[in-house]
Amino acid sequence: MVTYIVRRLVTAALILLGASFLVYLLTAASGDPLAEFRASSAPNKQQLMDSRSALLDLDTPAPVRYFKWLGGAAQCLVPFTGSCNLGKNIAGQPITDALGHALIQTLTLVTGATVLAILVGITLGIITALRQYSTLDYGVTFMAFLFFSLPIFWVAVLLKEFGAIGFNNFLRNPEIPLPVSLGVGAVFGAVAMIVAGGDARRRALIGGIVFAAVAAVLIYFSVTQWFKTPGLGPVVIAIAGVGIAFAVTLLTAGLRNRKALQSALIAVGAGVVLYFVLQPLLNQATFLMIVLLAVAAVLVGMAIGYFMGGYDRGQSMRAAAITSFLLGFLILLDRFMQAWPAYFNNSRVRGRPIATIGAGTPNIEGDFWILGIDSFTHLILPTTALILISLAGYTRFTRASMLEIMNMDYIRTARAKGLSERTVVMRHAFRNALIPVATIVAFDIGGLIGGAVITETVFSVRGMGFLFLDGIQHVDPNPVMGVFICVAITAMAFNLIADLAYSALDPRVRVKA
Amino acid sequence: MAEEAGLRQEPAGIEPVSEARGLSQGQIVRKRFLGHSGAIAGLAVFAIIFVMAFTSVGYAGIPGWWKYTHEAVSPLVNDGAPTASLWPLAWGEHPFGQDRIGRDLFAMTMRGAQQSITIMVVIGLIAGLIGVVVGALSGYFRGWMEAVLMRLTDVIIIVPALLLAAVMAQLAGRRDEGSWFASFASSNGVLALGIFLGLISWVGLARLMRGEFLTLREREFVDAARISGASNARIIFKHILPNAVGVLIVNVTLTMSAAILTETALSYLGVGVKSPDTSLGLLISQNQEAFATRPWLFWFPGLFIVLICLSINFIGDGLRDAFDPRQKKFNAKKARDAGATPPAATPVAALDSRADDGRTAGGDRGA
Repeated sequence: MVTYIVRRLVTAALILLGASFLVYLLTAASGDPLAEFRASSAPNKQQLMDSRSALLDLDTPAPVRYFKWLGGAAQCLVPFTGSCNLGKNIAGQPITDALGHALIQTLTLVTGATVLAILVGITLGIITALRQYSTLDYGVTFMAFLFFSLPIFWVAVLLKEFGAIGFNNFLRNPEIPLPVSLGVGAVFGAVAMIVAGGDARRRALIGGIVFAAVAAVLIYFSVTQWFKTPGLGPVVIAIAGVGIAFAVTLLTAGLRNRKALQSALIAVGAGVVLYFVLQPLLNQATFLMIVLLAVAAVLVGMAIGYFMGGYDRGQSMRAAAITSFLLGFLILLDRFMQAWPAYFNNSRVRGRPIATIGAGTPNIEGDFWILGIDSFTHLILPTTALILISLAGYTRFTRASMLEIMNMDYIRTARAKGLSERTVVMRHAFRNALIPVATIVAFDIGGLIGGAVITETVFSVRGMGFLFLDGIQHVDPNPVMGVFICVAITAMAFNLIADLAYSALDPRVRVKA
Repeated sequence: MAEEAGLRQEPAGIEPVSEARGLSQGQIVRKRFLGHSGAIAGLAVFAIIFVMAFTSVGYAGIPGWWKYTHEAVSPLVNDGAPTASLWPLAWGEHPFGQDRIGRDLFAMTMRGAQQSITIMVVIGLIAGLIGVVVGALSGYFRGWMEAVLMRLTDVIIIVPALLLAAVMAQLAGRRDEGSWFASFASSNGVLALGIFLGLISWVGLARLMRGEFLTLREREFVDAARISGASNARIIFKHILPNAVGVLIVNVTLTMSAAILTETALSYLGVGVKSPDTSLGLLISQNQEAFATRPWLFWFPGLFIVLICLSINFIGDGLRDAFDPRQKKFNAKKARDAGATPPAATPVAALDSRADDGRTAGGDRGA
């Protein structure tokens, strides 16, 4: 095992050396760094060219410059000295600083999108595999292929037009005409009919209920101008909480396990009481406080489950912990919604909240909630675009993996010994189906920080992709190399992690020593 | 493969493989592919687009039936709005509309579709060829050849395609230097881009082919061939390659559909196809600012990208089903009639399933 890892690391280092040499030469050869001055008619043209040549060290041949750069970069390997030198970009900013800023921007952009895409993709994949060859399966398969074929810049422009400009116009006067409410309700009802299983009668019933509920909610929103002053309120939180409690118990323990259901419901009750207690505290929220509250919510849930006990204490704890976490999320959402009118009427926002470019409103001031909404409104469109594009891969892959597992002998054995379908799916199939998915996820996380060049360009986020593209356009090797090194190292590290994770998760697969 | 499949006991709902009895592998694959309605629809859509794109505005100097070219400027009709309508079904003067200076969007879109299809085919051919050669050599001969080739693959896999495309665009732009590459690239811009992208997109394919060769070279029929005195070349071309052709074709298709998106993305970023020539990505990039006033300039090129890519993906899916011997055509109605539980396919060895995971993963990653 250790030999394997060491060998992989040594090879990776050699590959990195070779590839970085190649990238440096290619960047240096990719154009004329003085092109912008050659055409200019400025009187100090020669002086500008000389200073640029000196800055980029153009008198030295590119291979020699590479080794100079490598000498600086090698200092990064020495820990705790802080003498990391990746050179400077054309503006004279050290690359290490620029990389730090860009990395934060890129990570805020891609983290949420990737996590959501993985969660939704795996869920869809599992459901479609369990209901193979149903209308839902065909529908999701078609959607997956469609999303797979969408160019992201095209999706992004559409989202900007309808998600931002259109929605902002709507928010100016948030009234939904009655036909639109009914139409949207009908669409949701039709989707529910397709998603729901069972015979035609049950499907029609579910579709009808969903249609009525959605239409009623939309009409209510329109009448009360909900979009101007959104909020959930304790009643909605309580109702949604009970729903969550039942759903979570159904998945983690099964409704037969009464103690688990009771723990989840108690967690909901405690959450609704805490909703009132926490409001004053939440007014002075900081990011750390929210994290601590989330941890506290999980711990409280586990404590409730522990004291309720039951024949399987672990199941009760799990059900209550997940329920209270989700309930805490609802309370958080409600508090963000309370801050919405203040954000909406902020002098910087001027009633057009959903932004089309950038990662934040410049010079905006406000408390935690205002700033939170600000980054949310800026992230929502690029995140949606990224989710749409990457969802398809996860869905298809999870479906294939789950189908294969569901055909295994041990699933038949599990069914034969009388386990409930929930246990078979959640305990036996789901966990094993995730093994190959885990490796894909590791690969994708490795490719994350360099993988959103186009999205960053379209939405003008100054992240890693922007830095890279800017470096190429100015024929400036230093930023290009900085981004390349970061991306390549993470990609290789996660490739190794993926391989190790596979052999750790699946004992049938052994790494070659 | 067919013999193996024929010996298996099939549960209810899966059509008995007696359908395959007496048929060659090619015939079985063809039959399965033709039975895949998604793939056939994809093939039909692609054929229509292909014929339309290459006959309408002409190709390589041959004139087409459409009256405008992608460069010709004509007076604005109806302020450039599309004249095509479904009811009454009419084509009109400028079916897809015109841009601000009066170029016909139908001609431009068709020209863009030509470019995309050309690039796709070039990339598929080059990447397929290099991928097979590298994969076969490293998988079959192993040893130092494998070490060198696979390290080379690793290096190319982590060099960003965007950088290479930028370098290529720069080299192609240097018309004054008179190198053979610059003169070739300036006269056949899209072909050069395709060749270049092909030269870097073979890596995923090479890894997959190596995996296939590693598995297949341990099989008994290869030993038999070797003992009866077959040369290495004969074993590779006559014994192993025909068995790996399924994986190859499926993944070439996926590489091709990914290639279209790569080309449009590069053109969008300004390092792919350049004006005055046009491509679907370039059209979108030029016209995205005009979305509020002339949305059709944005809709039609995008629609064609999606249609081409979608049809290729469906064809690839059909091929995957057709070539995969373990995949059975499942008939839900029959299963219900037989009153059987969900069908359990034949168990597969852990080794097989691992190989298959890798293959699917590679395919998805390539795309």
